Amino acid sequence: MLEIGLTHYLVVAAMLFTLGIFGIFLNRKNVIVILMSVELMLLAVNINLVAFSVRLNDLVGQVFALVVLTVAAAEAAIGLAILVVYFRNRGTIAVEDINLMKG
Amino acid sequence: MIIQALAFYVFAAVTVASATMVIVARNPVYSVLYLILAFFNAAALFLLMGAEFLAMILVVVYVGAVAVLFLFVVMMLDINVAQLREGFTRYLPVGGLIGLVLLVELVFLFGVWIVAPDAGAVLAAKTPSPEAVNNTRALGQLIYTKYIYVFQGAGLVLLVAMIGAIVLTLRSRPGVRKQSVADQIDRKHEDVISIVKVPTRGGI
Repeated sequence: MLEIGLTHYLVVAAMLFTLGIFGIFLNRKNVIVILMSVELMLLAVNINLVAFSVRLNDLVGQVFALVVLTVAAAEAAIGLAILVVYFRNRGTIAVEDINLMKG
Repeated sequence: MIIQALAFYVFAAVTVASATMVIVARNPVYSVLYLILAFFNAAALFLLMGAEFLAMILVVVYVGAVAVLFLFVVMMLDINVAQLREGFTRYLPVGGLIGLVLLVELVFLFGVWIVAPDAGAVLAAKTPSPEAVNNTRALGQLIYTKYIYVFQGAGLVLLVAMIGAIVLTLRSRPGVRKQSVADQIDRKHEDVISIVKVPTRGGI
């Protein structure tokens, strides 16, 4: 219990990932909170990568975590830009109103 | 050892609690603030694991850039919070069930985790000892040499994201009086001034 090992970090990451998925289900109407849930899931993935990198003594896991961080930042920027444009055109960001491409 | 364990439990508990608050908070502004708290505590977890550089990058990139971007967008958009909260309790049971099943599966998986005995033989890049080379230097020695193309690709992703965000949000509004520097510089006095000989008592 006092010896903090790989499993402890993996459990924390699993909880964060689950909370991310739970957040997407819970806030089905709010795109901003869905984006934040995706950020939480990416954070959980990063914790996993760093934990394994430390446990296996392999630095490449941290390089990969860096790349995931970059992609997460880019994704947030593009997602929020799309959100701003969408709000400007439609005046709402409710998910069920995003149906312009529905047949 | 006991201090390290205590620190881990505190940071992990605060991370999970603030992540919970991110998804249940009534106001999206509070969600963003709890997200910032979660990122800070995740950075502390990274520090405990010995990944100092990633911890600092997490604070700089997520708290300094992404969370502020979220806060900016949340405050800029005039959203009806009550309308977005509709159906929250309706989705609670099925979402909770799926989340619970996933969590139990993951935790069971970690319970029976066995690392392959020869995993140490297939390392891509062995971590140098922290006494000899610190984490930032070791990461730099790897990123700038062996993984230079990955690093450049990450830079390219950021460039594309930046250009994409600018192109998406830039708009030219008609009817707005703006200074056009090029037009001003292009203006010659022959084009705009004409000298007219006016005959006496004639007028133009």
